[in-house]
Amino acid sequence: MKAHLTRRYMFSASHRLHSDEMSADENRATYGKCNNPYGHGHNYMVEVTVSGRVDDQTGMVCNLPDLDSFVHSQILERYDHQNLNLLAEFAKQVPTTENLCIAIYEIVKRGFLKAHLEKVRIEETMMNSFEYSGDL
Amino acid sequence: MVYLTRKAEFSASHFYHNPAFTPEENQRIFGKCNNPNGHGHNYTLEVTVKGAVDPKSGFVVDLKQLKDVMNREVLDALDHRFLNKEVPEFFTRIPTTENLAIAIWQRLAPKLTATKLHRVRVYETPDLFADFYGEA
Repeated sequence: MKAHLTRRYMFSASHRLHSDEMSADENRATYGKCNNPYGHGHNYMVEVTVSGRVDDQTGMVCNLPDLDSFVHSQILERYDHQNLNLLAEFAKQVPTTENLCIAIYEIVKRGFLKAHLEKVRIEETMMNSFEYSGDL
Repeated sequence: MVYLTRKAEFSASHFYHNPAFTPEENQRIFGKCNNPNGHGHNYTLEVTVKGAVDPKSGFVVDLKQLKDVMNREVLDALDHRFLNKEVPEFFTRIPTTENLAIAIWQRLAPKLTATKLHRVRVYETPDLFADFYGEA
């Protein structure tokens, strides 16, 4: 039988929302306080949802230490206590949580092959969250 | 169609062990969860039903009935139990979070005749949960 498994992870990072394609006024109008030139930070909560057949021998969709070690080495080590604007994936993209969600989804989709990736969901604060399930 | 979710909590102990594996394999695959004396969790259960809103009552489901079924079929059987030793499903199946979600679905689905079960979500900890949608 097919089940979904979701694991939550946390990391902390800073960012500044700013687009070189907009004027200073447009940037301020679009991004508000998030356009502050010195940046600001969040505690990001990332939920990774995978799915698959529950293995008869183990009772698992996938072994949790496998997922944990992948996310720790490929996601948390990459993003925790970093300035997102300085990372390669955000050299030409604004590090909104939408774009962060897509970036993390793509890393997990490409690299974690032990279960099917259903969704990446990120809470930027307790008040807002973003989800990406791939382009349908 | 409206979805309605009811939460409940139960506490239980379990351990992961497959008699078809060698002791070394059990230890490698299940790690600390293989301790035969068991360990426990405070589980949170979310049961989501779906249906049309009854024009007379304004309900998708009578919450009292849903609560009674959850108490009788799930909580009375699982709360403060050693899952491997006291709950028949887990005499042969490993009581992983995935299998718990499946077992709870199988207990509830035949009893929820007035409404349709949509999802069973079981949190083992706040950072780990499994979803089962009744998929084969």
